[in-house]
Amino acid sequence: MDASVKKGEWLVALAGNPNSGKTTVFNALTGTRQHTGNYPGVTVEKKEGVCRVDGRTLRIVDLPGVYSLSALSAEELVARRFLLQERPDVVVDVVDASNLERHLYLAVQLMEMKVPLVLAFNMSDVARQRGLEFDLEQLSGLLGAPIVPLVATKGEGIDELKKTIVRCAEQVLPVPAEIHYGQELEEAIAKIESVLDENLPLLRSYGRRWTALKLLEGDLEIQEQIRSPQVSDVLHQVRQHLTGVFRESPEVLIAERRYGFISGACQETVRRTVLKRRDFSDRLDAVLTHRYLGLPIFAVLMYIVFYLTFQIGAWPQSWLENGFGYLAQRVGRFWPEGVSEEIKSLLIDGVIAGVGGVVVFLPNILLLFLGIAFLEDSGYMARAAFIMDRLMHRIGLHGKSFIPMLIGFGCSVPAIMATRILEERRTRLATMLVIPLMSCGARITIYGLLIPAFFPPVLRGPMMWLIYLIGIVLAIVCVRLLRSTVLRGESVPFVMELPPYRLPTLRGLLLHMWDRGWMYLRKAGTVILVLSIVMWAVTRYPRPPKDILSAGEVPPQRLELEYSLAGRIGKWMEPAIQPLGFDWKIGTALIGAAMAKEVFVSQMSIVYSLGGEEDLEQLQKRIREDYSVLQGFCIMLFCLISTPCVATVAVTRRESGAWKWAIFQFAGLTGLAYMITLLVYQTGQVILMLM
Amino acid sequence: MESPADKSVRFLSQVPAGQTVRLVRIAGGHGLTLRLAGMGLVPNVPLEVLRNDFRGQIIVQVKNTKIVLGRGMSEKLEVAPL
Repeated sequence: MDASVKKGEWLVALAGNPNSGKTTVFNALTGTRQHTGNYPGVTVEKKEGVCRVDGRTLRIVDLPGVYSLSALSAEELVARRFLLQERPDVVVDVVDASNLERHLYLAVQLMEMKVPLVLAFNMSDVARQRGLEFDLEQLSGLLGAPIVPLVATKGEGIDELKKTIVRCAEQVLPVPAEIHYGQELEEAIAKIESVLDENLPLLRSYGRRWTALKLLEGDLEIQEQIRSPQVSDVLHQVRQHLTGVFRESPEVLIAERRYGFISGACQETVRRTVLKRRDFSDRLDAVLTHRYLGLPIFAVLMYIVFYLTFQIGAWPQSWLENGFGYLAQRVGRFWPEGVSEEIKSLLIDGVIAGVGGVVVFLPNILLLFLGIAFLEDSGYMARAAFIMDRLMHRIGLHGKSFIPMLIGFGCSVPAIMATRILEERRTRLATMLVIPLMSCGARITIYGLLIPAFFPPVLRGPMMWLIYLIGIVLAIVCVRLLRSTVLRGESVPFVMELPPYRLPTLRGLLLHMWDRGWMYLRKAGTVILVLSIVMWAVTRYPRPPKDILSAGEVPPQRLELEYSLAGRIGKWMEPAIQPLGFDWKIGTALIGAAMAKEVFVSQMSIVYSLGGEEDLEQLQKRIREDYSVLQGFCIMLFCLISTPCVATVAVTRRESGAWKWAIFQFAGLTGLAYMITLLVYQTGQVILMLM
Repeated sequence: MESPADKSVRFLSQVPAGQTVRLVRIAGGHGLTLRLAGMGLVPNVPLEVLRNDFRGQIIVQVKNTKIVLGRGMSEKLEVAPL
């Protein structure tokens, strides 16, 4: 047992296929007492939570959703290693009861691992609607595991599940049934077992039969760990014999027998009372994945998501803005006499203005992720990938590449992590490299500042749409370029499940939204706060001598900024960025944007406020006075394309496994931004002159 | 057991929408076979083709689940009439 688990505390692992409703069960068990981390060494998300039942504590770990426990993907490996090495006290396999035969395939593999198993038959209401009747007692006996029917979205059966988990953890369980693979296969398994070295440490945790079975299945991970020439010989021999007899490879035979076992168990215990007819999902699919209607519907849905993000988001945004303005005012008014003015400025102009500038965009981020969560939980996201595949295939990507790219509209960091769903390395790298072109949530802060400053309300929606579109088009061009040069190669075969449509639960949506929002806030609270203070310092120091300040003509605030370190760097950069229509102030803010995109806004507010006003409208007014519409557009364009933020660079490095890709991405995108902005600004100037 | 030379055997990619066929063989490597097995695609399982435009992806129904297969993938699956 895990050493960290105290008495009366049980370790419970939650397993299940993707789309089994596992996350809903996890949420129902743990509520808000959960946190997200990573499995050590890999970048697979690990969700952990706590659940209390009758004075006992259940520590619940949500394993990644997998279809099987071979070692094909990082997710499968992680799930398997966790089960074998952490030895959870109970494993709950969440199964879609309306789709039993396929979902039990994972359960059978768990049974083979001899883990203490509880089967949670989720969506039993859907199963009932489909006319399925189960003899749970008999089925439970056949599988050798207790079965708890659930409707996790409504919380039905959750209490019973908790009690069953405790009962299984504290009492001796029925041993999971053993699957008989038929004479030939059983002989092969026995033969391999006989040559496995008694002293192999691996056998103690993996079990003899399981290890032999996995070897027969051709499992590379186990083979690497055994490395015995004798075992290899026997393995080769039995595999050849089996292939000769059955004209099928052993792994196919094993899979067939597993399904055979399931089908046998179901035949005796599941009764179908209603004949299958076209259901709601089928009818919806006829429209949503329609050859011609699919794409326009998808585009409209995306537009609605972004429209809601900004129209509805504007309300709470203005409340937050007022709140921070009020806070700054209060602090300024009640600042005790005699306490340093420098600290007062640090607090008001650095901390409050900087963090405030970031937090006011939280509503936008939350709404955007609410939209994305809805698309995911409803099952539409897989259809979106299907619809997009023809297009994505044409540009040399995978239909699934579309999913991380879509997440990229929220934040590049989770998006780059989401490229893990792509198995083929070159496709994955290409997707990863262009993700920063998907305009992320942090950049909304920049557009949110500049679009209303330069464009009338009617044009704001279309302007936003245009910026996003430019990013998408550029991403396509870049992928084509990458796929025909550095990342050339065939795209891999595609296979993906289309889950049935489901109405997302409010609880699920809110938890998802909160998770993402919290991630954004944490970033604002740490990285951006530090950067805001750094930015405040470089825009304030060194201070100009008193006699220059009192000389008159130029307003003192501007003089102070020009004299500061940021002003100096900006000025030094000015000749290089002048052809883009940028001056030193923009240059200064762009330096900040490279650290985190949100910093552009807080930087601009510091550059402009200095006196202590951080009202967004005030800032927009000042910006409008200083720059033309064309310049405003060029700033947005540059921010869209250029320099991914430090967090993105760091995660690209981690996910690609090499600095060279992160540097390539950083330099490539910055160069591209420069060229395109230059072209647009200069062409725009000429057109304006001719008009 | 049929051999690929058998006339009744063809590739999934050639089956029009609306037909139900039986999976005979997966002409792919170890990884592909295991991945498909996890999604219910093993020999002798019935597949209903829900959508096939004879280019791009194909949607099949297997054991009550809809699965999208890439064109390349569908050319590796040998099927026969039920």
